[in-house]
Amino acid sequence: MIEISDLHKSFGALEVLKGINLRVEKSSVVALIGPSGSGKSTLLRCLNLLEEPDSGVVKMGDAVFKYGADWRRPGDREVSAFRARTGMVFQHFNLFPHMTALQNIIEGPVIVKKMQKKKAVELALHLLGQVGLADRGSSYPSELSGGQKQRVAIARALAMEPEILLLDEVTSALDPELVGEVLDVIRALAEKGMTMALVTHEMSFAREVADQVYFMSDGVIAEHGTPDEVLTRPQNPRTQAFLSRFRLSGN
Amino acid sequence: MSYDWSFGFLWEYRSLIFKGLLITVAFTIGTNLAGLLIGLVVGLCRQFANRYVTIPLVAYIELFRCTPLLVQLVWIYYALPVLIGVNIPAYTAAALTLSLYAGSFYAEIFRGGVAAIDKGQWDAARGIGMRWSQSLRRIILPQAFRLMIPPIINQSILQLKNTSLISTLAVGDLLYQGAIITSATYRPLEVYTMVAVVYFVVLFPATILARQMEIRMSRGR
Repeated sequence: MIEISDLHKSFGALEVLKGINLRVEKSSVVALIGPSGSGKSTLLRCLNLLEEPDSGVVKMGDAVFKYGADWRRPGDREVSAFRARTGMVFQHFNLFPHMTALQNIIEGPVIVKKMQKKKAVELALHLLGQVGLADRGSSYPSELSGGQKQRVAIARALAMEPEILLLDEVTSALDPELVGEVLDVIRALAEKGMTMALVTHEMSFAREVADQVYFMSDGVIAEHGTPDEVLTRPQNPRTQAFLSRFRLSGN
Repeated sequence: MSYDWSFGFLWEYRSLIFKGLLITVAFTIGTNLAGLLIGLVVGLCRQFANRYVTIPLVAYIELFRCTPLLVQLVWIYYALPVLIGVNIPAYTAAALTLSLYAGSFYAEIFRGGVAAIDKGQWDAARGIGMRWSQSLRRIILPQAFRLMIPPIINQSILQLKNTSLISTLAVGDLLYQGAIITSATYRPLEVYTMVAVVYFVVLFPATILARQMEIRMSRGR
């Protein structure tokens, strides 16, 4: 489905990704876990090229992007077309504040895919229903709770009918009582066979929905496998240390 | 010391005053529009283009922001023709200078407005596959314009007062007509008081409008 190999990325002198290999199979869910600053979010942002890798290969179906000194940098048109086939949901929602929930959702289909507005509205209403906000289409983001905003953001990403959905700590900015409603939406998507890669600090949720768990530390993938392998019987000392800290903090 | 104030004679000069006001307003509107256009292009290039483009643009912006407008007017009217060997009519020189002057301020307003938009908005726009230009036009600029309206209105108000300086190039604006009336009547106190009143009558409602828009914007979504 989507595959990256030998991916490197630095910000100035700081090397954030040090040769990452990762595969997300169709209809599977991959969870990226690890301490803050380990490169999880950067890796996720490289998957849809919001962050441009310094070197390495990003491959999804027939689209192949090779980065490095020997390769031509892809143009805005190619990269945008690629991003249109992926969906991303952000920690801080990033809804467009000057548009209603409905307008947020139809923006991509209408502007990027040139879908007829009438069709886009139908699609948006369907998606709003799917995330449990059928009656909030005309609300502006400032009138929605954090959990509602994030569900609109998920609907906005889904409106592009992406081949993969990327979720970047989508519950980290939410009040604890609002986390559940967002996780419910993601769980339902997983059950429907949506391909997803998610960065999360919700270990029990990762265990529940993920098919594969990748543990990242200091810009490398220290360990990966099934949730049971990585979360229950971790082999790598760094994974063990990370998970025991997590349990101690009561998660 | 007593002075015998008398405003009655000004009525005779009403058509001259009106003509001056028209020229002042025309220059304000025209050079503001040109300045906004210059400011939009320069401000966006300043924010997004590479350094070979931005360095000359910064030079332009700071040159016009940090020197007196009066000097700029005189320089473009008298010195530039000497350098390029082409005579520039006074009205053209005045319009050109005022437009470039306004443009330098508007450029910074546009740049600041665009820079103030959260980077997450770019991420979200790019994340649904929008091209760079689509993101700017559909997502960033509509939000930035909202932030820019109060400073743009402020700058426009200043621009109307700044047009008074073009009288030094013998362009017939309100202040210039005032000078003519003064030389005919030897009544500078009344004439310049009248000029000030006319400026105030035009600008005061504009400042009220600006304040209302500011309130609406800060309340708005």
